[in-house]
Amino acid sequence: MTAFILRRLAIAIPTILALIVFSFLLMEAAPGSPFASERGVPPAVLANLEAKYGLDRSLLERMGIYVWNVMTQFDFGPSFKFKDRTVNDLIAQGFPVTLTYGFWSFLVAITVGGTLGLLAAVYHNSWLDTLAVGISVGAQVLPNFVMAPILVLIFTLWLGWLPGGGWRGGQAAYVILPVIALSTSYMASIARITRSSMLEVLGAGFIRTARAKGLPMRRIVLRHALKPALLPIISYLGPAFVGMITGSVLIDVFFSTGGIGQFFVNSALARDYSVIMGITILIGTLTVLFNLLVDVLYAWIDPKIRY
Amino acid sequence: MFHKQIATVSAAALLAFSAVPGLAETHAMTEHPETGEALAAEQTYSYRLLDQFPTLDPQLNEETAGNHVIRQLFEGLMIQDAEGNLRPGVAEGFEASEGNTVYTFKLREDATWSNGDPVTAQDFVYGWQRAADPETASPYAWYVELTSMKNAAQIVAGEMDPSELGVEAVDERTLKVTLTQPLPYFPAMTTYATLLPAHKATIEEFGSDWTRPENMVNNGAYNLKELALNEYFTLEKNPEYWDAENVIIEEVTGLVINDENQALTRYESGEFDMLEPLPAGAYPRLEEERPDEAHSVPRLCSYYYAFNLRDDAKPELQDPKVREALNLAVDREVIVDQILQGGQTPAYNFAHAATAGFEMPNIAMASMSQAERDARAKELMEEAGVDELELKLIYNTSENHKQIATVVTQMWKQKLGVETTLENMEWSTYLDVRKAGNFDLARSAWCGDYNEASTFLDLLTTTHGSNDGQFSNEEYDALMAASKTSDTPNEQYSQAEQIIAEQSAIIPVYHYSNTFLLNPAVKGFPMQNVENNWYVKDFYRTAEE
Repeated sequence: MTAFILRRLAIAIPTILALIVFSFLLMEAAPGSPFASERGVPPAVLANLEAKYGLDRSLLERMGIYVWNVMTQFDFGPSFKFKDRTVNDLIAQGFPVTLTYGFWSFLVAITVGGTLGLLAAVYHNSWLDTLAVGISVGAQVLPNFVMAPILVLIFTLWLGWLPGGGWRGGQAAYVILPVIALSTSYMASIARITRSSMLEVLGAGFIRTARAKGLPMRRIVLRHALKPALLPIISYLGPAFVGMITGSVLIDVFFSTGGIGQFFVNSALARDYSVIMGITILIGTLTVLFNLLVDVLYAWIDPKIRY
Repeated sequence: MFHKQIATVSAAALLAFSAVPGLAETHAMTEHPETGEALAAEQTYSYRLLDQFPTLDPQLNEETAGNHVIRQLFEGLMIQDAEGNLRPGVAEGFEASEGNTVYTFKLREDATWSNGDPVTAQDFVYGWQRAADPETASPYAWYVELTSMKNAAQIVAGEMDPSELGVEAVDERTLKVTLTQPLPYFPAMTTYATLLPAHKATIEEFGSDWTRPENMVNNGAYNLKELALNEYFTLEKNPEYWDAENVIIEEVTGLVINDENQALTRYESGEFDMLEPLPAGAYPRLEEERPDEAHSVPRLCSYYYAFNLRDDAKPELQDPKVREALNLAVDREVIVDQILQGGQTPAYNFAHAATAGFEMPNIAMASMSQAERDARAKELMEEAGVDELELKLIYNTSENHKQIATVVTQMWKQKLGVETTLENMEWSTYLDVRKAGNFDLARSAWCGDYNEASTFLDLLTTTHGSNDGQFSNEEYDALMAASKTSDTPNEQYSQAEQIIAEQSAIIPVYHYSNTFLLNPAVKGFPMQNVENNWYVKDFYRTAEE
């Protein structure tokens, strides 16, 4: 297992390098400049800006310097748009925010979604199944851009219970609405996957044997069925977890949380090259790491898998 | 009465702890010194920002959202009143000499930085040199050039040392500015962020981190207390400000809310005092529902379509008759009354009607009826001998631009049989395409850098960096050059506007207005300042009844 993990980590480094190079080239190919403005920046001013941000160097040179700084010092350079901030500053401010609401959303999504799916499978075709499926379909068809305004309308404008936006260092009142809005659709997916995977396992031969032995249902589900049923859920959860903790543009924009999701999109629009790169690398690295984690979990759950 | 006594006692008690001098005044004022209105106990002002400002460094700033905050944090030589007129800021006044090419500003004695240092003429020299210095690489370095300050262009181009800039500190309190050409509106230009003073010791100590709340040294009515990007910021009253005793609002909060409808919902929940801009098309409804809160005031920006007049562009558009026909066929009333619905005014000339000191020219088409215009447009097309024309109109992605472009396209098709393809692109790409001249018509808008007509009219001179349609007319250029030294520049401006109209250099569409919601308890908001430059130090909050 250790050898497997080491081997995967060794592959991760060239993967991330390839990601850097590829993103760098894509960005280069996009029309527009970070310094463009309606006013038409005079050539002398533009030249000064390009010199300051190193855009007057050749592509290869820039890429080399960038990769070197990232790999050796974790230095993602200055932001082109936020002129007195570095990319590290922006990530340091935004990532804890998305990490917080993403983590809570993840917990809510697996607890509620998992429970719903499990109940629906175990009480297949009963009213509980219908209810659970109903809830998860409802959550699925209410995407977060519909969910968020509805939540604000109800809890902020009508009831006045919760603030309609802001973060204020992550106080509970400010976290609740973003978490609900972000977690519902993930929750619905988890419920559906859990239900179908559990149904499949419950129909398998070894479960029939266990039932024939006269084991109580509770024990069958928790002891025998749950572990194999987890496999498809886990493969979904890896990327979903990364998606949640790296934030959602919609949640950031709608709730003014200050998370990195908004920086990511705005930087792409403003051609803030260094910020796009920094956040792409962050998300890429997390994705690689969590995929690795999923593989390790697979091996632990299913002894048939060999590396 | 009872309250007042308590206030006096607690003020005295607080004075003993001089670390909190600002608090001593918190409850001291219960009524407004001039109007006598009862003041609210909590003197706060909060507003919505559409986007996060990228920086609070005055010399690096290049956009409006940052400028609104910088205006509270720093004070320049001159500031504006509620009508947009100039009034003394750090300078007590100025003297123009040598035919408006030399300006001497006398600084007030009591102006101090937030750390207690006096604000000196040298602080302005440093700030202005910093703005022009290539090492600072300010995107607004061109603003220093625009002031015609001596050697500015050479310094920005890296050909001269920043110390050669045409500004010097004659003594601690006297600042002398030398220009290369007469500029009657130079003092008005000193209200803008780029020309604010800078505290050298702080900037040198902290580098780019000097704008953080814990490091910033500033000289305006407020200090930066907290700043969370894309979320909010707060300012608190600066006790070191020279006129602090007349500053009533104690705390300012800005909330970044991107989504228009979410912003409106949060305003309706009473979270903040001022909401701007309003969702498109929402103004008529809000005006009806909230007559005390909804406002529409003129805003110094002009919306227009630029023709591509490059030599290799569409040959039909080189003919002024074709351009005029397209110009005439645009029914501005429909755009203003049915699409925008926010108090904008139809435009037949370029410079905004509310520009200070600007006399609106008599443009022939302005006094025609739309039916007359349409008839004349058809005639012109026939005279030009054009019966088939296909155009490409570009605009940056936005619901408003799209609606206007669609309607205009329909008008051209129905009235003149001109086919227009619309192409929208996001902002950066659009700017690139427009600069490269890859269009027949381009949606454009221009907002005044200062409140004087030349800020608009200069744009259509041959060498102007934003003249993306590349209109070029010798007579026009000569008029604009002459206006700089003229005692009555309005004459030149009128003639210039006539050339724009005769040549149909552009298609002016409408003059902007600013629509917003404001809590009626907040008083002192400038409704007549067309540049929308507001100073919170002039606001106050009345007690709600």
